[in-house]
Amino acid sequence: MKKQEKLDKTIVVPGDLLSEDATKAAEGTYVENGKVYSLIYGLADEREKVRVIPLSGKYLPAIGDVVIGMVSDISFSNWKVDINSPYEALMHISEYPRRIESSEMAKIMGVGDLAIFKVVDVDPSMKIELAPREGQLRVLRSGRVVEVSYTKVPRVIGRAGSMISLLKSKLDVNIFVGKNGRIWIDGKAEDEDLAIKVIKRIEREAHTSGLTDRITKLLEEEKHGVHEKR
Amino acid sequence: MEFMKNGKRIDDRLPNELRPIKFEVGALERADGSCYVEHGGNKIMAAVYGPRAVHPRHLQQANRAIIRYRYNMASFSVEERRRPGPDRRSVEISKVSRQAIDPVIIKEFYPRSTIDIFVEILQADAGTRSAGINAASVALADAGVPMRGLISSCAVGKVDDTVVLDLVKEEDNYGQADMPVAMDVRTGEVTLLQMDGHLTLDEFEQALELGKIGCASIADMQREALIQKYRGKEDE
Repeated sequence: MKKQEKLDKTIVVPGDLLSEDATKAAEGTYVENGKVYSLIYGLADEREKVRVIPLSGKYLPAIGDVVIGMVSDISFSNWKVDINSPYEALMHISEYPRRIESSEMAKIMGVGDLAIFKVVDVDPSMKIELAPREGQLRVLRSGRVVEVSYTKVPRVIGRAGSMISLLKSKLDVNIFVGKNGRIWIDGKAEDEDLAIKVIKRIEREAHTSGLTDRITKLLEEEKHGVHEKR
Repeated sequence: MEFMKNGKRIDDRLPNELRPIKFEVGALERADGSCYVEHGGNKIMAAVYGPRAVHPRHLQQANRAIIRYRYNMASFSVEERRRPGPDRRSVEISKVSRQAIDPVIIKEFYPRSTIDIFVEILQADAGTRSAGINAASVALADAGVPMRGLISSCAVGKVDDTVVLDLVKEEDNYGQADMPVAMDVRTGEVTLLQMDGHLTLDEFEQALELGKIGCASIADMQREALIQKYRGKEDE
């Protein structure tokens, strides 16, 4: 029965030969003497190109990424934001939709506050600049934020957002998934609990196939469990 | 001391036989990557943190990550209690081990950061630097650090005028020579080569060849251990 949960991609380690054709090299690979090798420990995905999907590692921001950040410090003109990456990010005061004074910064977004940001610039020395997403700063005042490995974000979202829609339809919660692996869940406490439980399960089993079906089943079971207890 | 009897060694191994080796990937929850290894009587834990911000700041490099490697023996790792803290020997081993692993890591991906590797020897039985490098290399892969390949390492030496692979404590302490080798098995690039004792040129060449064979077997085990980490979960 467990057969169908078999991996749909092969696990590779750094230095594994992936292809003899150098033109097929994509992310997570490197080329040496015209051959493609794996650069990281992950799942090899071979189509027109061969790439390696990481199983672990630190989030590195890219321009356009939408992330959940936590304010770690406020300087004269910048908010310093922790984005779950080796590098601290900055949001300049002028990125705020209206003109404000330095003294007002802490009132709008203080140290420890979480908010949704967009990465607007990353330079070669990894200086990262942020802006509010879609021109309006969304500070998260309710709900909870959980962290998963950024490598699991595509599985939490699911193909064309299927996993997220599933969670939202079965549970009465609002969910937002940041590219950096932080997930914001807002709803009733027990729904939040269940959502977190399900997300952790997705993270653990992200590399297996048939995950959506198992999560659907888990949600059904848990929902019934919740009702019985009441 | 007599080391060789009927072509077998004091622990009944053949001259070209490794001790039993077991890797456990991801043994620590908090580290970004980790690996516990049992290599004969050696018990070693390796943990990797990072890439992360560098402290103290003046060590940071503008265009690449720095690699820090700490080899440390627990005070209870040997028969006579070892005084805790770094000593001349462990400082040297930390340095050569770092240099053994450094060449395969792609440091340019993570400017202004550090990758910290901690290798703790819980129980020692000769060849700890080699086993530590093997564990560190697996822990780095587990942490998702980009690398050109895995580094594998093992010791070779000479006892009773015979070149042997993977010395045990008695062979190391009372034998004629001990030579740790570390390499990237795919490219054949040797990244660590030290020697203690005496070997003739012929013996040295023979020993290096034997070391390469040993490293190749270890590389297979490292690879298998990493693959097993995710395959194992399927059978639950």
